[in-house]
Amino acid sequence: MTTKPKFAMYWAASCGGCEIAVLNIHEKILDVDANFEVVFWPVAMDAKYHDLEAMEDGSILLTLFNGGIRNDENERMAKLLRRKSKILVAFGSCANEGCIPGLANLRDSRDIVRTAFNTVSTDNVSHVYPMHSYDVPAGEIHIPKILPILQTLDQVVEVDYHMPGCPPESDQIAGVIDLVIQVLQGKAELPPKGAVIGAGNSTVCDECARTRNVKSIESFTRIWSAATDPALCLLEQGVPCNGPATRSGCKARCPSAGAQCIGCYGPAEGVLDYGARLVSSFASVINASDPETIDRILDGLPDPAGQFYRFNLAGSLLRAGRPAWEREPA
Amino acid sequence: MLPRNGLVSNEVFEPTIIGFTCNWCSYRAADLAGTARIKYPPNIRLIRLMCSGRLDPTFVLKALANGADGVLITGCHPGECHYIEQNYKALRRFQLLRRTLAGFGLEPQRLKLVWASAAEGAKFAAEVASFTEEIRALGPLQWGKARSAQTEAWEEALTEGMEVAA
Repeated sequence: MTTKPKFAMYWAASCGGCEIAVLNIHEKILDVDANFEVVFWPVAMDAKYHDLEAMEDGSILLTLFNGGIRNDENERMAKLLRRKSKILVAFGSCANEGCIPGLANLRDSRDIVRTAFNTVSTDNVSHVYPMHSYDVPAGEIHIPKILPILQTLDQVVEVDYHMPGCPPESDQIAGVIDLVIQVLQGKAELPPKGAVIGAGNSTVCDECARTRNVKSIESFTRIWSAATDPALCLLEQGVPCNGPATRSGCKARCPSAGAQCIGCYGPAEGVLDYGARLVSSFASVINASDPETIDRILDGLPDPAGQFYRFNLAGSLLRAGRPAWEREPA
Repeated sequence: MLPRNGLVSNEVFEPTIIGFTCNWCSYRAADLAGTARIKYPPNIRLIRLMCSGRLDPTFVLKALANGADGVLITGCHPGECHYIEQNYKALRRFQLLRRTLAGFGLEPQRLKLVWASAAEGAKFAAEVASFTEEIRALGPLQWGKARSAQTEAWEEALTEGMEVAA
């Protein structure tokens, strides 16, 4: 009979990249196995929901929960894992702020289902749509119900720690696992509840090696449409780089590879609304003072809501677009 | 569309408007409107900032998320900012924020920018009055109420299953 503390990992509305990021810690995964008993991890081992339900409440020491809450199965699992876990970590951008699946909050969720099952790329001539329950000779069968908006994990259950990133960087995951093992051995203490772990407290700009001068933007440009200076701040060159509002922790990987930061590490410390902070910083450095010229420069940002809320829509102050809030009743 | 704010159809909609004023011009314009006994609609709740450049777009989103139907930003006329050029920053943030709100499906006209000097009490009052009528015409936004009303409606709808018409 093992006495190792129990570990679980679950995916809700996510792409699976978080799981891969965990496996990307390479041989460190052996430390996980040496120090934990993995009791539930659908992507890596076979365990059924009823196995989890049978466990004692609070019996899992650490649960990494990735993915947003998009359907009632996600919601049920979030509540179940909250009950069974001592430490519940919102792991990755989806669980923390909605991420790419959260962008669907700009639309009525029924539109999304219609689009998924009724576009030119879908061969659905008989207009078959998913039904929550269906009678078959063997009995009634169910599939999960899509919820009107995608919610973040902490909008549904209490979360102990937040670990941002799309996905979290593997060295940051390894650091967090090391910390938990040290806590188990009595060599370290857990951070205060509610803390952001596995990330920095500053912005991506702070980690970025590019030279920064006074920014004065005459026009916005796309990374593929113009050659950029590899040593100079991208925003300064008119590339819409989300670094100024984004939490550090990734070592500015994208800007150092020549691509703009798209904001996957979420809002920096003290930022209440990620998009609003970017609106503020982008608008501040536009070099124009008459409305017409400003408008012409802003035309270079064709989709501001997507630019500023790519990862953070579900976690933002407005949380969803109007079509999601004001949809007609079913 | 659902009656989002619980209004019955013949009731006059009284919008909630948050107004941001700058310490040096537009707040003094509001003050002047007061001392001159110029009347303007009580729908606006004024918040004084030191400068329109202090206006973090977060304030606007927070106001809308918490139930405001419209937000009025006011500041010194171009070229007259107490802090030299911060009102130009306010102008640029306003224009970008309007575009962002449009992406959320909101009418950009719910956000307005008005310049008013300390001498323009009458202008300030007239602007508040016309903005109030503009928002009244647009109808309620009431994001928070829409959210809670919808959550209940959703729960009901969800118990009935997932109906998606072609």
